[in-house]
Amino acid sequence: MLKEFIIVSRGGQGGVTASRILASAAVLEGKWAQAIPEFGAERRGAIVRSYLRVSTEPIRRRSAVREPQGVAVFSFRILELSDVNKLAPPPIPLLINSEKGPYMPGRQLFYVDATGIALKLGLIVAGWPLVNTAMASAMARVFDIASLDSVKRAMADYFRGKTLEANVRAAEVAWESVRGVT
Amino acid sequence: MKKVLMGSHAVAEAVRRARVEVISAYPITPQTVIVEKLAEMVERGELKAKYVRVESEHSALAVVYGSSASGARVFTATSSHGLLYMYEMLWWVANSRLPVVMAVATRAIGPPWNIHTDHIDALTIRDAGWIIGFAESVQEAFDMTLQAYKVAEDRRVLLPVMVALDGFIISHTSEPVVMPEEKEVAEWLPPREPLPFRLEPGKPFAVGNLGPDSVTMELRWNSWRAAERAKSVIQEVSVEYEKRFSTGTPTGLVEKYKVDGAKYLAISTGAWSGDVKEAVDALREEGYEVGLARLRYMRPFPREELQELLSSVKAAVVLDRSVSIGHMGILGSEVKSIAGRTPVKDVIAGLGGVDVSYEDFASILKGAVEEHEAGLSSEWNVAEWHMPWVT
Repeated sequence: MLKEFIIVSRGGQGGVTASRILASAAVLEGKWAQAIPEFGAERRGAIVRSYLRVSTEPIRRRSAVREPQGVAVFSFRILELSDVNKLAPPPIPLLINSEKGPYMPGRQLFYVDATGIALKLGLIVAGWPLVNTAMASAMARVFDIASLDSVKRAMADYFRGKTLEANVRAAEVAWESVRGVT
Repeated sequence: MKKVLMGSHAVAEAVRRARVEVISAYPITPQTVIVEKLAEMVERGELKAKYVRVESEHSALAVVYGSSASGARVFTATSSHGLLYMYEMLWWVANSRLPVVMAVATRAIGPPWNIHTDHIDALTIRDAGWIIGFAESVQEAFDMTLQAYKVAEDRRVLLPVMVALDGFIISHTSEPVVMPEEKEVAEWLPPREPLPFRLEPGKPFAVGNLGPDSVTMELRWNSWRAAERAKSVIQEVSVEYEKRFSTGTPTGLVEKYKVDGAKYLAISTGAWSGDVKEAVDALREEGYEVGLARLRYMRPFPREELQELLSSVKAAVVLDRSVSIGHMGILGSEVKSIAGRTPVKDVIAGLGGVDVSYEDFASILKGAVEEHEAGLSSEWNVAEWHMPWVT
């Protein structure tokens, strides 16, 4: 069974790393996975996409994800600036980095305050909260990609020392606090 | 050992396991990540190589050229304009029969400025005397890089090898990779055999000196014969590698996918071939008898194997990520040159990194089958451009 996801983030928010952490987590569980960044002219702040595929079989396709089973949006503002409805028409479920559940009828909606989690844990680089580990963990849960334990173990390939500890904590908090809009 | 790695890091891991002694490179997107990773490995002492920083790709290849002539195992990597800037040295290396290994993260040539993949950059050195492989997956980029040393340094070959990996689609894509341990690799890939003539301090001799015209021609003949021999060496090395390390990568020059009983044959190379396989599966379910020949190597060109496959199908479709302006797709013209009476449709697609999905491939293949069944394949002498956004 192949599942495909899209992450929409800003350059510098760590969307690409989030997709890689999730790929590693799925592989730790014996699945196959693939993380593809879609690079344009890489600029901090530009809206970028990355793709994640997880499957129980080897993954052969490497083209862009066109029909995702879920889309994660790394900042609420991206919803206003880009046409997420075109990228992921309803009823494709959305996970949004937001304090509150926005009103978007016609689809399943999840939200997690990844920015708040990052700020509280001091996950800040060059003035930006690093929301990617919280978002990766929430994605893993709501889109059923991997267990929290696997996400935490996978992060050890990407972070070390105190940074790893803070990111593990962010993943735990996000796993518990992600909510669905009813 | 199985790890999730992006293609660039997998190539660097292969280079480390090959215990390369001299690395020289100049950064260019999307290749840069490979040599950055190698610089880290050298800095940390994980790879005992001399890392030579240079001011251009021309110099990078000149450095590894000289180092290879002194007997060292060497590596460089580049893309697009960087490869073009190396052009003169590419021929020096090949005509000197030195087993240099180079990774090329393929990238469109500008203008317009573009960092995404097509195969034109890699194929500009088609005629230079390099062995040219194209990886389909991150795993294959790793395997092919390691195998490149074994093939290049084989006495029956002694030709440089280029490992092409689609920029971003392989170079920056993370996938699980099975990697043999360093000790296991060392047993399989011993240090380079000493050369009978090698550059060393205090023993001067001339390299590439002026010679009689007939010597030039004989040396080209020798290179040509070496490339012919490389076909069986690639087969042998890849089979032996798979037997030892079981990474699951196909062996030989051509991967044959569902070709048994196929009436139509798709031909492709590189990363998008996985999407072509999905298209083949979908068409098979609809009752179309289609198979795929995926070229793992463009040089030496797998003439015999393709001829055999082509002789047993009604028609073939080349999915071409390259073009020779003024003629047709580069892979298409190569295939047509050996296809005999089998009609071949050349479809140029995905230039400049334009995304082509399994659905596109399915519609291209279906269209070709229908044209042939309708007796229209006589019109296939001109390449078709797949640009669905142009109406």
